[in-house]
Amino acid sequence: GDRLNGFENGKTQLLCLCVRLQVVLKIIKHYQEEGQGSEVVQGVLLGLVVEDRLEITNCFPFPQHTEDDVDFDEVQYQMEMMRSLRHVNIDHLHVGWYQSTYYGSFVSRALLDSQFSYQHAIEESVVLIYDPIKTAQGSLCLKAYRLTPKLMEICKEKDFSPEALKKACIGYEHMLEEVPIVIKNSHLINVLLLDLQEKSTVADKHELLNLSSSNHLEKSLQLLMDRVDGMSQEIVKYNTYCRNLTKQQQQKQQYLQRRQQENTQRQSRGEPPLPEEDINKMFKPPQAPPRMDTLLIAGQVNNYCQNIKAFTSQNLGKLFMAEALQGHSS
Amino acid sequence: MCCCPATARIPWRPALSFSSSPFVIFLHFLYKIMAVHGPLVKIHPVVLASIVDSYERRNEGASRVIGTLLGTADKHSVEVTNCFSVPHNESEDEVAVDMEFAKNMYELHKKVSPSEVIIGWYATGYDITEHSVLIHEYYSREAPNPIHMTVDTALQSNKMNIRAYVSSQMGVPGKTVGVMFTPLTIKYIYYDTERIGVDLLQRTRASPSRTNGLTTDLAQVASAAGRVQEMLSTMLSYIEDVLSGKVMADNSVGRYLMDLVNKVPKITAEDFESMLNSNINDLLMVTYLANLTQAQIALNEKLVVL
Repeated sequence: GDRLNGFENGKTQLLCLCVRLQVVLKIIKHYQEEGQGSEVVQGVLLGLVVEDRLEITNCFPFPQHTEDDVDFDEVQYQMEMMRSLRHVNIDHLHVGWYQSTYYGSFVSRALLDSQFSYQHAIEESVVLIYDPIKTAQGSLCLKAYRLTPKLMEICKEKDFSPEALKKACIGYEHMLEEVPIVIKNSHLINVLLLDLQEKSTVADKHELLNLSSSNHLEKSLQLLMDRVDGMSQEIVKYNTYCRNLTKQQQQKQQYLQRRQQENTQRQSRGEPPLPEEDINKMFKPPQAPPRMDTLLIAGQVNNYCQNIKAFTSQNLGKLFMAEALQGHSS
Repeated sequence: MCCCPATARIPWRPALSFSSSPFVIFLHFLYKIMAVHGPLVKIHPVVLASIVDSYERRNEGASRVIGTLLGTADKHSVEVTNCFSVPHNESEDEVAVDMEFAKNMYELHKKVSPSEVIIGWYATGYDITEHSVLIHEYYSREAPNPIHMTVDTALQSNKMNIRAYVSSQMGVPGKTVGVMFTPLTIKYIYYDTERIGVDLLQRTRASPSRTNGLTTDLAQVASAAGRVQEMLSTMLSYIEDVLSGKVMADNSVGRYLMDLVNKVPKITAEDFESMLNSNINDLLMVTYLANLTQAQIALNEKLVVL
């Protein structure tokens, strides 16, 4: 591969991510034109690795609704696109993928699987999450995530039982790590930006200072409640499992004790002891519920809470500004 | 009187001679008017960013880059929303464009956004050369009335001039005909989210290393407030000037100012207090709930691990 010596196996030394203007604009455009409502749009990121930075220089979108089109082959589309881009000297190293999100709900099994396969193939892969609703509220919301090395290990083993996770000490906070994004532009792009600023009219919408918040809060809280419900179900499942386990342990103990008693009785009567039976076959341990889903839900709930807190802090600031404004005039 | 606007170029076929005959003068006059009558070209910034990027990646020795423009067209305007570059070779006498590639890429792009069609082509550089005419002819086969866009990446006039043209036939009908490129008006349009993205990136210009991190939330509100403050101070200085007689008073500006002052809602102090307090209470409660939830799941995590 095109890896440089800065990366050692298993260690993430990626300090930051450099994204170019046109990647940002293309992602925005893709969602704007093709994504409606809560549908998710996805695409591929291209770029290269330079020392300790990952530079994302281009991207192309994936078409949606591929279920309708039976002959559509995703891999073929990707291959063709990358081959064509190579002809025009665009970096064709696949460094990650991007996805839009609905109110911050992206921590899911699908994301995990995709990111795992990317990171398995290319160590420095990232997934860029673009939040169009937050962006429409006034500030570009683009975040980059990778799976932590611990989580990569777990996914490789495909062992999601509680014991394995306990051993690896994975909490929901250690699943995804955020990579800081920096936007870097060439001088020519700066000239272009200057030109655009001169020729464009002043923006007439200042969404960032908008006071209305209830709609957004309602939706976020709704999603949070759904997840918390899911979480409580998982917890109930886990608790029943624990209880079953202890009950079974008790039953095993009782059985063993009875066996012992019987054996001593038989010995005292001079009869041969009963044959030892395989305890484990008689008392099959209950199936441990997979902990991965719980972890994912916990991670998602955490994400929602953080988003909500950021949103409320912004709104509090705006309310205080409104108060100051009113105070002067009244 | 017969000043030729610097924007239009007339690539003449060799047979017709260029003289200051009344015919030519008439034509010069004609296209000065026609500049306003072509379709309005609305460009999204993503197109320009892609063009600049493909210019920066051009092959050694190539002086310019060409590519296809995609978008939508209606009766009075053309909206350019996407583009891709097409490899081509250009030398003194001939030009070769990889048509296969162009067709292929268009097919791939159509899979993602089926509503986009080929509406023209772009080239970097300042002039329209003879080769452009040939390429334009090719594109006329792909799209009805294609537009041609030039982006001056060599910054000939210390600015990146972005121009668009549409071609039209001219000359004496029946005898030798030529092709003329008439300039069109360009407007930059943005989706709201695009606008926000571009505004953020305008700030990268200021930093010396041309980089910019994405700021935290409260800081963004603070900077937005700062911008409004700037605008207010500009207005205040203008008003001072008008009051002291330095600048002529303009009635329309005065009306806007009245509008602005009236927009601050007049609410009694108690009503405002109660509204403010209920909003703040809502937000605080939500923050409290979010914190509570986070504490819960953290606890749950620890309990499971025990």
